[in-house]
Amino acid sequence: MTMNLKQIVESLGLRVLVGGDLLDRMVSGGYVSDMLSDVLANGTVDCLWITRQSHQNVIAVASLLGLAGVILVNCPEPAPALVEKAKEEGVALLMYEGTTFELVGTMYEEGLRGCKRA
Amino acid sequence: MVDNGVLDVAYPVVGGDFGQAGEGASKLKRVLQQIGLAPSMVRRIAVASYEAELNIVIHAFSGMLKAKITASKVEVWAEDQGPGIPNVELAMTEGYSTAPDHIRALGFGAGLGLPNIRRNADAMEITTALGTGTTVYMAFSNVVRKEQ
Ligand SMILES: Nc1ncnc2c1ncn2[C@@H]1O[C@H](COP(=O)(O)OP(=O)(O)OP(=O)(O)O)[C@@H](O)[C@H]1O
Ligand SMILES: [Mg+2]
Repeated sequence: MTMNLKQIVESLGLRVLVGGDLLDRMVSGGYVSDMLSDVLANGTVDCLWITRQSHQNVIAVASLLGLAGVILVNCPEPAPALVEKAKEEGVALLMYEGTTFELVGTMYEEGLRGCKRA
Repeated sequence: MVDNGVLDVAYPVVGGDFGQAGEGASKLKRVLQQIGLAPSMVRRIAVASYEAELNIVIHAFSGMLKAKITASKVEVWAEDQGPGIPNVELAMTEGYSTAPDHIRALGFGAGLGLPNIRRNADAMEITTALGTGTTVYMAFSNVVRKEQ
């Protein structure tokens, strides 16, 4: 099952903070973590990262790995610096208003699976 | 500087500066992309360099991220002035971290950085002196270039 960001944004009602122009990007899977080194170990190309960390290093990690984007959940409104950095790096930054459980459950139902490292 | 097909780069790293953290690794990544290394190779080097750079930001005072790129391999050194590592074997253990709570709250301190470097690099060596600093050496051999 392959999906692009646009389909995920629409089916989950995500807020697009950055990346209105990046929504054609195909998504290979999802990964949930609030630890950056965990994502660096397990995140894969084109994977969507779900986290409540909302500082600039999140964008650095997403960009280094070539992730499809970041979905922020259950965190304060991100600082302008984060939004700026995501724009600079071309990382789609999305926000979900519900809980991580609901988000991941819905994504799974839609056919998305966990990303697997090679 | 390019000399005889060797490219040397060096980026300063400031301890405790989380705003700039990762800039060195991201600049190195761009250089490697421009040279035309295969994306999977670029990713391995960038991830390992980011982990070593962040270790300087988190655990040391200041340092440098240096790289030497030749046709056959890429070598990276993350050198710092810092406290040094008392027990390297322990530090290399997955899950071992001395990061304080306020650092963990930012999502660092899983104790996975050094193991991530080991997994991504073809060779790795840590040289450390207590009260002086640490150098993490990483080598990536079998450089693969993008299909032309
Ligand atoms: N440059 C360094 N100077 C001093 N101590 C270091 C340095 N790098 C690593 N260490 C020590 O080794 C431990 C393990 O490092 P490692 O990178 O694996 O985990 P971490 O940095 O604590 O967490 P993570 O990398 O998952 O965010 C650190 O907690 C620290 O005690
Ligand atoms: Mg680390």
